Amino acid sequence: MSETAHPEHDTHHDDDHHGHSGGDHAHHVVPLGFLFSIFLVLMFLTFITVAVTKLDFGYEMNLVVAMAIALVKAAVVGLYFMHLRWDAPLNGIILVVSLLFVTLFITFSLMDTGQYAGYQEAAALRGSGQ
Amino acid sequence: MSDAHHHDHDHPAHLAHHFDTSEQQLESHKLGMWVFLATEILMFGGLFCAYSVYRGNHPEIFLFAHQYLDTTWGAINTAVLLASSFTMAWGVRASQLGQTRLLVALLCVTLLGGAGFMVIKSIEYEGKYSHDIWVGGINGFYQTGGELMNPDGAEHALKYLEKKQKKKYGTAGHGDEYGDHEGDHGKEKDGYAKADDHGKDGHVDEAHAKADSHADNAEHHDDGHKEDSYGGDKYAEATAEPLSTPAAPPVIEVSTIVRPAYAQAGLIDSLADGRVDIPTGPQSFATGIGARQIEHHGSHYPEFDELAPLQANATHIFFQIYFMMTGLHGIHVLIGMGLIAWVTYLSGGPIIKALVGPVASVGVAAFLVFVGMLVGFPVWLWVSIGVCIVAALVSGGLNFAGLSGYGGPAFSPEYYTPVDLVGLYWHLVDLIWIFLFPLLYLIH
Repeated sequence: MSETAHPEHDTHHDDDHHGHSGGDHAHHVVPLGFLFSIFLVLMFLTFITVAVTKLDFGYEMNLVVAMAIALVKAAVVGLYFMHLRWDAPLNGIILVVSLLFVTLFITFSLMDTGQYAGYQEAAALRGSGQ
Repeated sequence: MSDAHHHDHDHPAHLAHHFDTSEQQLESHKLGMWVFLATEILMFGGLFCAYSVYRGNHPEIFLFAHQYLDTTWGAINTAVLLASSFTMAWGVRASQLGQTRLLVALLCVTLLGGAGFMVIKSIEYEGKYSHDIWVGGINGFYQTGGELMNPDGAEHALKYLEKKQKKKYGTAGHGDEYGDHEGDHGKEKDGYAKADDHGKDGHVDEAHAKADSHADNAEHHDDGHKEDSYGGDKYAEATAEPLSTPAAPPVIEVSTIVRPAYAQAGLIDSLADGRVDIPTGPQSFATGIGARQIEHHGSHYPEFDELAPLQANATHIFFQIYFMMTGLHGIHVLIGMGLIAWVTYLSGGPIIKALVGPVASVGVAAFLVFVGMLVGFPVWLWVSIGVCIVAALVSGGLNFAGLSGYGGPAFSPEYYTPVDLVGLYWHLVDLIWIFLFPLLYLIH
């Protein structure tokens, strides 16, 4: 394939000393065969995540397994389809930080709502006339 | 200020003069796009938080209600979206290498993938809507003050689920209607399930043949009047005898979830009697309760009647969350499709540019006719359709007269920023679906 002309490693370098605009596509051109194998991996993981639902690891473990597979898929999409593997690290850091904040948000919300679960239960029972 | 950037060498048209190089420009654009994508993740984060809180508080609602979602459609949609992500990534590669024709073709395929996703989503939504599963009060499970807003809808939705389970497991879920009489089920269930299987062949299970009332009941299966025979007191009468001696504690097959202490303490009435038998945590796995549940229900998920009051009350929330999450995601797919169409237009040759105006106008007109057929044709709709047709004629005429200029392909290996950024957006849409699919469709 023609991408041999664009080795993986000349992805990223400072342009200041290049002094010319355009002309060089220093960005990483992902080999087509590689892209396709990434696609196959993603399809395979999709198949696995559906198949694994049929197995019973217990409610929580099934969720953990499903989320672990989803995370792997997300990482693969991010790293290779979205070029984070070859991008400036800052882009990846932005992604990871946003995910961290979402995690923080969800964790604190769950901690909070856990405090009220018993009250909710009692209120519902009152509501249903028990 | 701008004087500082008056270089001697020629500036390409695409390079804004506050950038030194195309490289630097692309890097900055990508950084900006990633910041935008981060805000998108945070926006979806709100919905994921709502999901987590409700699933954390009401795991059984999710076990029950997710049965309404069709895993097959969800999996197909995941595959469609992954494939379109692949063609998009390939498209970015084509634009980097200056393969313009390939780029246009790949963008069109990506667009088709998005359209396919939305078509499948529409089929799913239509199915839900037709079974009274929708947002707000239409939803069959929507309750205010303990009262169902749409009782017919609830019945409709429950019957639909029963049919669906029957198709999936070969026997209808029938645990709920006599959920109170579980004392004898340890033995009864086996025979009963067999009677169910053999019913169509006219066999009456031997285990039941000795009791006339049971045989009677089994015959009801032959007629296929499941709901009727179960709904009435027939079965309750038939099983009255063993019930009068409730020696064995009932087995409550609700789920394998670890019960909170207050549930064990008997706050939840449907669980209070059987709390001794509720396996919790790893124990439930060891006891293989999943298999027993399938034996009992036809599925290993809880039935609606087994849900505690609070959970029955909040069942509709699963669907509200489902529609909000997939709806917002669907809007993103539509926006992404619009962006891909725009990039296709930019990277297309003269023929595509000439076609886009008329095709888009006719498309919008067709959509408006569709809306009109649904809701009737008010004046504003007629006016809009007229405007679209005029626009199609005018833009077609301009192209025909050669008046709409064509400035050559917009992208080159030096400048393909819009393709790259739209690609990032499209991959993010894919990324979110990667999480939505297992969270909504694959609950176990």
